[in-house]
Amino acid sequence: MPQYKLDYLDQLESESIHIMREVAAQFERPALLFSGGKDSITLVQLALKAFKPGKIPFPLVHIDTGHNFPEAIAYRDKLANELGVKLIVRYVEDTIKSKNLKDPAGKFPSRNALQAYTLLDTIEEFGFDACIGGARRDEEKARAKERIFSVRDEFGAWDPKRQRPELWNLYNGKIHKGENVRVFPISNWVEIDVWNYIKREGIELPSIYFSHDREVLVHGEFLVATSPFIRIDEGDSIVTRRVRYRTVGDMTCTAAVESTADTIDDIVREINETNISERGETRIDDQVSEAAMEDRKKTGYF
Amino acid sequence: MDLLRFITAGSVDDGKSTLIGRLLYDTDSIKVDQLEMIQKQSKNKGEGVIDLALFTDGLRAEREQGITIDVAYKYFATAKRKFIIADAPGHIQYTRNMVTGASNSDLIIILIDARLGVIEQTRRHSIIASLLQIPHVVVAINKMDMVAYSEEVFNTILSDYSKMAAQLDIKDVVFIPISALQGDNIVNASSSMSWYKGESLLHYLESVNVVEDIDLSTPRFPVQYVIRPQSDDLHDYRGYAGKVISGTYKKGDKVLVLPEGIESEIDTVEVHGIEVDEAYAPQSAVIQLKDDIDVNRGNMIVSVSNLPKVEQEVTAMLCWMDNIPLVAGNKYLIQLHSKVVRCVVKEINYKLDVNTLEKLSDVHQATLNDIVHVTIKTASSIVFDGYNALRVNGGAILIDETRYTTVAGCMLQ
Repeated sequence: MPQYKLDYLDQLESESIHIMREVAAQFERPALLFSGGKDSITLVQLALKAFKPGKIPFPLVHIDTGHNFPEAIAYRDKLANELGVKLIVRYVEDTIKSKNLKDPAGKFPSRNALQAYTLLDTIEEFGFDACIGGARRDEEKARAKERIFSVRDEFGAWDPKRQRPELWNLYNGKIHKGENVRVFPISNWVEIDVWNYIKREGIELPSIYFSHDREVLVHGEFLVATSPFIRIDEGDSIVTRRVRYRTVGDMTCTAAVESTADTIDDIVREINETNISERGETRIDDQVSEAAMEDRKKTGYF
Repeated sequence: MDLLRFITAGSVDDGKSTLIGRLLYDTDSIKVDQLEMIQKQSKNKGEGVIDLALFTDGLRAEREQGITIDVAYKYFATAKRKFIIADAPGHIQYTRNMVTGASNSDLIIILIDARLGVIEQTRRHSIIASLLQIPHVVVAINKMDMVAYSEEVFNTILSDYSKMAAQLDIKDVVFIPISALQGDNIVNASSSMSWYKGESLLHYLESVNVVEDIDLSTPRFPVQYVIRPQSDDLHDYRGYAGKVISGTYKKGDKVLVLPEGIESEIDTVEVHGIEVDEAYAPQSAVIQLKDDIDVNRGNMIVSVSNLPKVEQEVTAMLCWMDNIPLVAGNKYLIQLHSKVVRCVVKEINYKLDVNTLEKLSDVHQATLNDIVHVTIKTASSIVFDGYNALRVNGGAILIDETRYTTVAGCMLQ
């Protein structure tokens, strides 16, 4: 007698694959926003499974702030090459020059907010009507209210009051010219689900997710990698620590965590035991205000 | 470890947010930094103790106004299960949000304030649970601490509720006396209510059987996407990608492709690129057929021996979700799985009063949050099952033809 019972990871995976296929079927020019972080790497794995034995029917798009970890960029290029998927890279640096934008100053000058400009230009350049992203609802309270198909106007703005009700597993992707949809296939996954999935599937990750020695600046409770992108002042405490990254964003705004975990099993154990949230431990830019994410989403960020 | 999706119905006054906060807090799903943030906010609002309800507040706009405008999703897990909570506001003007949250839920927690008993709102939430065919209902009688943990109060509410529910299509109901604020019967059995011999809320949520809710005997496979690699080694490959929404599919099964009604046989079943003996709900899969026939997105592959309805005129219970009213004669798009066709709402047969179950006839329009019974005619045949017979194949949405907004959820009959 066969067992007709799916494990929770199988259920989440099936839901995500269903969403991936809806995107491919409902839109003419979809793209997958790829950052080199574990969530977008998981998206690529799900897309691979969704269209087997065919290839992923959309390109990967990376909005490159210029402040990336070199390991993430190396991983990105290798992955695209191995899969034979088209990789489109557009640079925030170019947008800053062409649009004469103000590059943020300060000790940790985050280009997070400027990313939205380059993203909107890229959407326009290629006529993308759907962009798949790896945002999860557990990350942040503004994201908890996000739909799986999130319709955006031509400024990319998220309007929580204009959201379409999403019933059953029916996704309404109809849009007008100029609008686009952000699609979040792993909305219902939480951080540990992603790690358990990476473990189960044996997915390769950029090396910075595993423990390594790194020179860091001690900034309050955060450990920030030294790099040409941050300002190091006299009297700053620079030390070498055994660290890994729990999330991978820009070098300017992502903090490392002290860890000796050098296998996925160790990481899963650490995440299960930690009493600090993912963004709380690693994202310097979220500390600005309670509603930092809500504000960024309204201006065209994911 | 498996998955349970549930919705909580109730208003802030019933302690709904406190209950969710309590479930998250007692299962260690709230991290230290998030707790500190809440403590800071509690102080800002001039409250001395941590307000568990603040865990469920979303947007700044809502926090400032002290309201909830939409469905928010929350997550927690125990060793046995992962839980997804659809947190929908319970006020009358938010029927739309509750219907949305209920559509995906395996279970609903209906909160009753022990001091108030069964009220109009309780009835409304139960009617929606019945309409949306949520398989399991937990009636959580909250604020038991405010009624001295009285067994008599509990029994009266249990009896009142059972009388009311007898008119509805609610199958599996349990009653649990709790205090979300004090934590009674949330995770552990309450020492203040030794008269209660049932399970704690969390224990029930962990153990309620949801696998049995999946119908394995009625194969339904809506085709989402056709995979045609057209590479040298897979020159003739034509696979139909979709999700098995109910039933099972295996090689050799005799199937019918609807709505055309073309018969064929399953050649292979693949799950994530690997050939399997059998795929079952709710797996995503790829099916190849023996015959070279034209199958596209919008088709449904079903078993020849267990057929759904294929019709152009249907009746439905419909929840109107748009600010622009529904007027009989209006045209819309109807979406049912991967199929989208034009339709006209020919008639509004009656409006259901969600507080009294009364059917109001002579109704010509439906406004936001109305539940109405309608007759819909579609431009071409749609493939479905009655919502009450097979929930996963009876739900559809209406889309405004020019605005493209989702304007209604329909339970087809």
